[in-house]
Amino acid sequence: MRAKAMSLFLLGVVRLLTGAQARWQGCPPKAEQRIYFANHQSHADLVLIWAALPTALRSITRPIAAKDYWTASPLKRWITTEVFNAVYIERERKGDEDPLQPLIDALESGDSLILFPEGTRGFEELPQPFKSGLYNLAQRFPGVVLVPAWIHNVQRVIPKGEVIPVPMLCSVTFGSPMQLEQGEARADFLVRAREAVIELSDA
Amino acid sequence: MTSFLRSLTPDQQVSLLFVVLFGLLTLATGVTLAMSLREKHPTEMPEPTRRGLKLQDYQSLLRTSWMMALVFWLAWAAGQGVATSLFALVSFLILREFISLSPTRRGDHRSLLLAFFIVLPLQYLLVWTEHFDLFTVFIPVYVFLAIPTVGALGNDPHRFLERNAKLQWGIMVCVYGMSHVPALLLLDFPGFDGKMAFLVFFLVLVVQTAMLVQHVVAHRLSQPVAPAISQSFHWRSWAAGVMAGGLLGAALAGFTPFKPLPAMAMALVAAMAGSFGHLVMKAIKRDRGVTHWGSAGRSVTGANGLLDRVDALCFAAPVFFHSVRWKFGL
Repeated sequence: MRAKAMSLFLLGVVRLLTGAQARWQGCPPKAEQRIYFANHQSHADLVLIWAALPTALRSITRPIAAKDYWTASPLKRWITTEVFNAVYIERERKGDEDPLQPLIDALESGDSLILFPEGTRGFEELPQPFKSGLYNLAQRFPGVVLVPAWIHNVQRVIPKGEVIPVPMLCSVTFGSPMQLEQGEARADFLVRAREAVIELSDA
Repeated sequence: MTSFLRSLTPDQQVSLLFVVLFGLLTLATGVTLAMSLREKHPTEMPEPTRRGLKLQDYQSLLRTSWMMALVFWLAWAAGQGVATSLFALVSFLILREFISLSPTRRGDHRSLLLAFFIVLPLQYLLVWTEHFDLFTVFIPVYVFLAIPTVGALGNDPHRFLERNAKLQWGIMVCVYGMSHVPALLLLDFPGFDGKMAFLVFFLVLVVQTAMLVQHVVAHRLSQPVAPAISQSFHWRSWAAGVMAGGLLGAALAGFTPFKPLPAMAMALVAAMAGSFGHLVMKAIKRDRGVTHWGSAGRSVTGANGLLDRVDALCFAAPVFFHSVRWKFGL
């Protein structure tokens, strides 16, 4: 109940501040199992892409949140678990546990994921090289549709070190689904995926 | 006719105005609907482009007019507080559109916060509390200094003048200009209590009519004055639009505190300011490489183009407001 209210409130705030416009350019919004992967420039990315999805998809799509940041305070933890239904990921490998295990569990239970394959926020115009998590997941779940996405403008809403967001129209462009080709090398695939995301930046 | 109008209470007069307005809009919608039905006729299919596009133009214009009429009706029906907040919301939305298309840097964050969350509400608060002397100078005098000061404290000299100029412009057009519309509601004409909604209407109708006529006449002309900026600005279409606005103003004089001639003069001033303002905003849009602020152009931001619709008003309102106050010594 409180999570529902919070989610409506957040949606309202995000729409008022950014418009949270979704542009389904390469594929329609469809309830199939997908991995959305996007550029990452701000903590608000997660909220924005969540807000841009239609309600029906929002409930089956789980964003990936960095565990160290999003569990740092009880409020952040509550929002990411109860409202966003996020999957936590360790940014630093601890012991021999596979850091992708929570993602694998989520995909196995049929959820869609929102992934930021750069791993951390970038401050350049172009995204940093992608980490191999996306490749590993694509290899393990060939049936899941991979959808590139580009988030416009969010870094201007709330730059690093600032607390209050500035109103700025933002949008998320979803591109055509891509696939891991037969026998495609890890590096090639990651470069291709990154280019698919960059291509959307001026679409 | 005039004596009948005078026998009504102000509220009844305003209601009558809205009835007439919504009637006209319904009529116009009916006509375009009929036109669009005819357009679909198979014999005309090979060459639908030019007429079809024109029709689309009219349809979008009509939609805007409906929206505006509804907003004004709501504003009038709900009282001054609501009216002022409604215009504040419009200001917020158009400033958001304006800023989204003007590149800012990280050092501008605080100035942007100042603009959106302090300057904008404060300006409308000044309107609401009728601090007329402060409200006309607050932005050009105080904010003019405050914005670049906060910007300079952001410690980023790169393109400093350009970035601040953009922000200043955004505030002037979207906040300062727009806030003069609800301010008209609070002007105090002796013996004209409760009827200031007419003046807002007068302004909006005159400006919209001038724009519409200019647009329609321009379709028949070639060689615009500044083709790199606007295809629809010819001196002849401009003159036609302004004249239409002036004549409408004179015709509407009975609803306003003005006599017909001053009404016409005020309408001419508003129509001129509006059409020039629209031209200026077009130049800014061309500079940014878009044709519309909204989705009709190549919008990456998902703006819905509210600023396209109200930009003429943003320029006409302060000029109109000032000339009315000056002329009538209010």
